[in-house]
Amino acid sequence: MMNFPGVLRLLTWTLTLMLAISPSQAQPRTSEFKLANGLQVVVIPDHRAPVVTHMIWYKVGAADEPKGVSGIAHFLEHLMFKSTEKIPIGEFSKIVARLGGQDNAFTGHDVTSYFQRIAKERLETVMEMEADRMVNLRLTEKEVLTERDVILEERRSRIENNPAAIMDEQMNATLYYSHPYGIPVIGWEHEMAKLSPHDALTFYKHFYAPNNAVLIVAGDVTAEEVRALAEKTYGAVPSNPAVDKSRNRPSDPPQRAARRVEYSDPRAGKASFHRDYVVPSYMTAKPGEAEALDLLMKIAADGATSRLYKRLVVEEKIASSAGGSYQGSSLDYGTINLYAIAANAGDLPKVEASIDKVLGELRDNGVTEAELKRARSSYIADYIYENDDQASLARRYGWGLAVGRTVAQIEGWPDALSKVTVDDIKRAAATYLDVRRSVTGYLTPSAENDAARAPELPAPKSRS
Amino acid sequence: MDKLRSACLDQLRFGVRVARSGAAILPVLALALCLSFTRPAHAMKIQEIKSPGGIEAWLVEAHENPLLALKFSFEGGNAQDPAGKDGVANFLTAMLDEGAGDLTSSDFQEQMETLAMRMSYEDSRDAFYGNFETLTQNRDEAVKLLKLAITKPRFDADAVERIRSQLLANLVYADRSPDKVAAREWFATAFAGHVYARPSQGTEATVGAITSADLEAFRKRTFARSNLKVVAVGDISPEQLGKLLDDVFGDLPANPDLVPVPMTTPVAGTEKRITMDVPQSVAVFGLPAMARKDPDFMPAFVINHLVGGGGFASRLMEEVRERRGLAYSVYSYLQPFRHTSILMGSVATRADAINQSLDVIRAELKQVAEEGPKPEEFENAKKYLIGSYALRFDTNAKIASQLLGLLEDDFGPEYIENRNKMIEAITLDDAKRVAKRLLAPENLIITIVGQPATAAAASDKKG
Repeated sequence: MMNFPGVLRLLTWTLTLMLAISPSQAQPRTSEFKLANGLQVVVIPDHRAPVVTHMIWYKVGAADEPKGVSGIAHFLEHLMFKSTEKIPIGEFSKIVARLGGQDNAFTGHDVTSYFQRIAKERLETVMEMEADRMVNLRLTEKEVLTERDVILEERRSRIENNPAAIMDEQMNATLYYSHPYGIPVIGWEHEMAKLSPHDALTFYKHFYAPNNAVLIVAGDVTAEEVRALAEKTYGAVPSNPAVDKSRNRPSDPPQRAARRVEYSDPRAGKASFHRDYVVPSYMTAKPGEAEALDLLMKIAADGATSRLYKRLVVEEKIASSAGGSYQGSSLDYGTINLYAIAANAGDLPKVEASIDKVLGELRDNGVTEAELKRARSSYIADYIYENDDQASLARRYGWGLAVGRTVAQIEGWPDALSKVTVDDIKRAAATYLDVRRSVTGYLTPSAENDAARAPELPAPKSRS
Repeated sequence: MDKLRSACLDQLRFGVRVARSGAAILPVLALALCLSFTRPAHAMKIQEIKSPGGIEAWLVEAHENPLLALKFSFEGGNAQDPAGKDGVANFLTAMLDEGAGDLTSSDFQEQMETLAMRMSYEDSRDAFYGNFETLTQNRDEAVKLLKLAITKPRFDADAVERIRSQLLANLVYADRSPDKVAAREWFATAFAGHVYARPSQGTEATVGAITSADLEAFRKRTFARSNLKVVAVGDISPEQLGKLLDDVFGDLPANPDLVPVPMTTPVAGTEKRITMDVPQSVAVFGLPAMARKDPDFMPAFVINHLVGGGGFASRLMEEVRERRGLAYSVYSYLQPFRHTSILMGSVATRADAINQSLDVIRAELKQVAEEGPKPEEFENAKKYLIGSYALRFDTNAKIASQLLGLLEDDFGPEYIENRNKMIEAITLDDAKRVAKRLLAPENLIITIVGQPATAAAASDKKG
């Protein structure tokens, strides 16, 4: 009874709040145009600080790699910082730094992106530099081989030193039959070790061109300013009719059997449960379906209010944490990912059974109106919070456009969420939470010898 | 429960995209950057507010988006964990959204989600931090929850046990993460005998023994008005903020009950090797550094930037990664604590080459110490530090973090105006003098986690 006042307050707040958050206030003011050479441009003004975020997105990623050269998309991304006729070896980032800017780049299965964050007066310079390396990259054998050692170290840092990442790689490789999402973005080690300057330049010439790229400028600029600068810099790079825009990846046959992966590692720590399903992405789903999957998974598995957490962690106490999400931003397939860390090492089957029960309830009974409202307003609020950060906005538009969504679709997301009904969610759950579409993984700690484990308490210090 | 999801599982997300330079090092860089606070003030007005109840705060009004970011800290932090209770502060960070007042854990969390508010806590060696964000339209209700969290957390037994099991799981993962073990052992070695040596997340034994009474005692001792610093940035007026401050913090005791922490200096010149069966070894290295208020701090900040703080523009990146391909990530940063100050860095290299990486690092430190920076790299470092200052102030949340750092170090708002002039005024002679003081390689404290074969080879080589 003590909780009564709190619960009543909750109900009244809920009503006022739901009426108040509307998608319309979630939008930044964007402009979109295209240069004659085919470069797509989106400008997102934000005049609060005299800085800009400048991002170029290529519509190419690891899933576009030829067979046998896995990791070449990411390797090329590293090599893009080497040299051109105008930029001496290794100077790209140093020039940006001297101008007071920060730069970096990243590669996914579907996109490759390069960016700088810098004072707005320097925008033209970084646009010139980025336009220059779009077609004028130069590589020497020596710097390529040294950088290859760097990506092999990167693989050790990200994957080999981390059993959960090894598990993730194994599950992905099992999840896809033929589609290259099963190959890790960073590449398989044995193929990475053989990557050559020729591989990198071939890939570069095949995919890097203004007509296969999207430019995003967010920050203290106007669309007119960006248009003039873009014409002057990127506008001078000729369109390349030979560039491969097909994105014609091998597709998978229907998923017909549930698969299982077990991986045991002395460094695994706790026993954990994992499951990934192949489902549609925003690009491949029927209208409203991806939005329904987003809402479904928020209700099912996102955070302490989710069904999964409440059941396994709070009520049954068989897991110390549990969660999951829908990843729908890819080009060809989306995934649903679930995980739980078992409270006791032997509990994985119990954890799996309990998760399957929660998912079964979602398939059979769907979600409640209250859950749907809360999930929807939470997403719309996230969208509004994101307006505080020009770099996040640049990523939102860049990623979307680079996989082929339109500005209208990106900005229409809050509205599309608002249209999803509990019936839509139930249908999505019934269709896609199908274990035949999935890989289930058990990651377990194997016996470790004492020497392999770090001491709990600091050992006496030794002088060298 | 994102805050408690193990680092191990977070790592999964990295598979989705792979960046040129480590996402993992960004938080560290952000921390280092916190040390130089600055912005062209033309677009940002800092108001020094005092609430009707006498609580002070800095406010930057920003009405473009219907959002408010509030950041606050209570001086104290995990250095205040009682002996044998290592990890209390960290435990408390995870308990403040687990039920308060009349609301149980699940009621509280549902209300937070319904209000679309964001509230999280973190501990450092010297302070306990709160981060709060809300949409304007839900501000009043969200603030009520914030107040409850700070003043009336429940610490219900089932919630305590739930969080305990997550914290214990995190410790199991941390014990098997070479980066985390190397950092933890570095502090244990460098600050032996001082509270900074203790594991801030506790151990299996201490976390296992923490009770709800311990959590409440820590909250009562360290949450007070006189050790509170608050910054608000966003869609709120000074009057509204004054009321908010009194609502949230007005009932706290006037003064905390803090245990005095002595000043300390790291035990220089030690090296420790820890065996772990991983393909890539991780080394953490560090040196005693200048205190925040030492006149040599800013020159040291520039020196650190050109040595290892400036990413691809730094010497360590150039020599270890670009020239030799020995590592993906190598960096350093300056970290002034309240009771000491250090320069810290890290490198990760395949097991058979970690010693080569460390030799390169030692050689670079020695060269900068003996000869000083080259004039060009010195000027370039200053150019970056001056030119990039505005990048630290382009979101409400970032502005709030920067200003909170200033407040904690007892600087006034004018610091922001003066900061670039201070960097501009540093001469090459200053830099040479401070490099000599800062970078003595014989002072290096190093912890290396990796395969034993490597350790043996290294010992032989070093004699």
